[in-house]
Amino acid sequence: MTEKAQTQEAEAPQFYLEEEHHPEGSTMLGFWIYLMSDCLIFAVLFATHGVLGRNYAAGPSPADLFDLPLVAINTAMLLFSSITYGFAMLQMERNAKMETLFWLGVTGLFGLAFLGLELYEFYHLIHEGAGPGRSAFLSSFFTLVGTHGLHVTFGIIWLVTLMVQVKMRGLIPENRRRLMCLSMFWHFLDVIWIGVFSFVYLMGVLG
Amino acid sequence: MFGNTTLTQFIFGRLTLESFPYHEPIVVVTFIAVALGGLAVLALITKYKLWGYLWHEWFTSVDHKKIGIMYVILALIMLMRGFADAIMMRLQQAIAFGGNEGYLNPHHYDQIFTAHGVIMIFFMAMPFVTGLMNYVVPLQIGARDVSFPFLNNFSFWMTTAGAVIIMISLFVGEFARTGWLAYPPLSGADYSPGVGVDYYIWGLQVAGVGTTLSGINLIATIVKMRAPGMSFMKMPIFTWTSLCTNILIVATFPILTATLALLSLDRYAGTNFFTNDLGGNPMMYVNLIWIWGHPEVYILILPAFGIFSEVVATFCGKRLFGYASMVYATCVIMILSYLVWLHHFFTMGSGASVNAFFGITTMIISIPTGAKMFNWLFTMYRGRIRYEVPMYWTVGFMFTFVIGGMTGVLLAVPPADFVLHNSLFLIAHFHNVIIGGVVFGLMAGVVYWWPKAFGYKLDPFWGKMSFWFWQIGFFFAFMPLYVLGLMGVTRRVSQFEDPSLQIWFIIAAFGAFLIALGIASFVIQLVVSYLRRDQLRDFTGDPWNGRTLEWSTSSPPPDYNFAFTPVVHDHDSWYDMKNRGYERPLGGFKPIHMPKNTGTGVILAGLSVALAFALIWYIWWLVVVSFIAIIAVSIGHTFNYNRDFYIPAETVTATEDARSELLAERT
Repeated sequence: MTEKAQTQEAEAPQFYLEEEHHPEGSTMLGFWIYLMSDCLIFAVLFATHGVLGRNYAAGPSPADLFDLPLVAINTAMLLFSSITYGFAMLQMERNAKMETLFWLGVTGLFGLAFLGLELYEFYHLIHEGAGPGRSAFLSSFFTLVGTHGLHVTFGIIWLVTLMVQVKMRGLIPENRRRLMCLSMFWHFLDVIWIGVFSFVYLMGVLG
Repeated sequence: MFGNTTLTQFIFGRLTLESFPYHEPIVVVTFIAVALGGLAVLALITKYKLWGYLWHEWFTSVDHKKIGIMYVILALIMLMRGFADAIMMRLQQAIAFGGNEGYLNPHHYDQIFTAHGVIMIFFMAMPFVTGLMNYVVPLQIGARDVSFPFLNNFSFWMTTAGAVIIMISLFVGEFARTGWLAYPPLSGADYSPGVGVDYYIWGLQVAGVGTTLSGINLIATIVKMRAPGMSFMKMPIFTWTSLCTNILIVATFPILTATLALLSLDRYAGTNFFTNDLGGNPMMYVNLIWIWGHPEVYILILPAFGIFSEVVATFCGKRLFGYASMVYATCVIMILSYLVWLHHFFTMGSGASVNAFFGITTMIISIPTGAKMFNWLFTMYRGRIRYEVPMYWTVGFMFTFVIGGMTGVLLAVPPADFVLHNSLFLIAHFHNVIIGGVVFGLMAGVVYWWPKAFGYKLDPFWGKMSFWFWQIGFFFAFMPLYVLGLMGVTRRVSQFEDPSLQIWFIIAAFGAFLIALGIASFVIQLVVSYLRRDQLRDFTGDPWNGRTLEWSTSSPPPDYNFAFTPVVHDHDSWYDMKNRGYERPLGGFKPIHMPKNTGTGVILAGLSVALAFALIWYIWWLVVVSFIAIIAVSIGHTFNYNRDFYIPAETVTATEDARSELLAERT
């Protein structure tokens, strides 16, 4: 300890703050921890797919089922939606309410397109007799992809809610914070999807 | 007729009159007792017009102190339920010999041991630990509340909702008959077609939401809300262990959630994750559930270690020996707890190398734990020890826990485990560490922090009675199980043939009876202390000559905890403040920014109970309605931007002046 610090403490140690203490906001950290906990749910689903993903039970395999061009278009939809969400955040930084809302709307449409294609794929598979009950591989496939899709669905509901709130109250600090959280959520789903596309679809088809 | 049946089925799902266990006299009598007791409580609340008070001051409160107290109340209620199950099992096993089937049929007995495990872990130990952390951590770090006060209230009510779902299973339908972790394929749709496993799944899923969110909340609180000057290495040890515990919660409860979700898909949607056919793999479930399950026991024990550390330092009048090593030991245990899960099923047959790896990692955990034990002992060495009740629990813990730790190391040896797997030796081991570690720690914590929460100490005589009954009762109840386990008696058996075993079960039942007296003494302690509260009153806020910040404010603390945010210079910061001439501020108070109460948590939890009940009984219309309602209420809540208020400076001044007067009168 330096001499200066010693004398300072000996003189008048300060034991409380006279002014009100404002701890910095915890929302971003808290939401980030939530995302990591959500990531673990996906980790379990990936691990389950890793263990059970080759158990076809004499049923169809990924090479028989997956239509990669369709999945590639689907992936593009989700990646575009992340870019447009980024545009929305840039507009938010510029304090441009209508532009923010516009890009949020575009993001939502891309999300809906993604969900539509995914539902089409599911419908198609079930129609061919490759439903989630057919084999452990299909159980884990439907659960992993479906859980991601469910997240996107909730993301869209949240997006619409936030658009209404931004419309009503403008880009006030609370709404900015919420848009930041949804932004993290949306990009997180993108990252998860890249894992799904690589490990489930591409590597599945490779066999 | 037919049309009527389908209409009834539409409305009630698979719930029929037959679902009510009115042919089980034990359940009927319990139901009558619970119903009468419940009605009496409701009538008293109504008579004394307490509904408004309870709703405004407690149920909707976002104050971490009140939520903490409610958690502990929930835990104590569930302790009674879980212990009732325990004593029924002990009684059954003591008499069911040589053709005597006892008084519990196997169907009922299987539900009881499952309920006992589920309730004690999820609805006794977890809320108890969470409650103490909730109450103490913000006070120890000099904060006014947690990071997300509404989330805290919501977490509590979700935990309570889970407990309510489990309690409903006692009177409507049945509970799981699978053991507390519900291994498939037994818990799958083929072998457990009834509602029991569904009660189990949805009870835990609803409570799990609360637990995960409260974990996130407390991590954010500890990382972001510490008083200025309190670096990580100046945090009180209980806060450190709470941080590690909450990291474990966030890092493991999602695994439980996902695993149970997969099991429910198997049961509801006909998937094949854990089935015997079509490529399913039941051992996948066992792996996943223990990847959650092993860290879970450390989630419970780490805060208990923290409590013992606070108690030892306080009652020995010394700084904790080896603070830094205690912190590192806690972190090492936190990490190692992830690397041992396979020791729960060495008999799976994963091969010698895998078993050896997990056996060795398990044994390594005893090293940081041993370091902690020595730290406590060296803190006591040449300390000025005051044998108050929390210190009794602590010394009792050190003695008991070391035995449990040693049998744990024994079980970590794979060849030994092949012999002892699923035997009563295992049961004795984990009760040894859970009772000797977690329960003793929680009891120490309650006695230690009670004066902080309520402004009067607990009566020491009945506290010591409780301790001795628990301590002696524990040895009577579980040492015989070690013996029986070594003789090869397996767990979860309701009747026995070999009459030579009976004496051990009778001794164990006697032990359970002693523990019952220990619980009774604890209840008497609460009642006696309440009646004698004027003699036991503490005016200083610092009844034990404490060392950490929670003792620097009044008992009970005001809503805002601290009129001014403390500044920390050293660990044991309150001790440091007392030593260096801290003067309580007497004026210049400012308005204090606080969160507003909200009823949304209660409403969402109530809807979750409805949703879970509907899912369990296949009442699909109610599933849809309650699910939509949950979404709608959640969205509606986000439209409320008016969430905080200021406590006016005059109110703060009045509160603080009242305390100044009180302190002046007494000194």
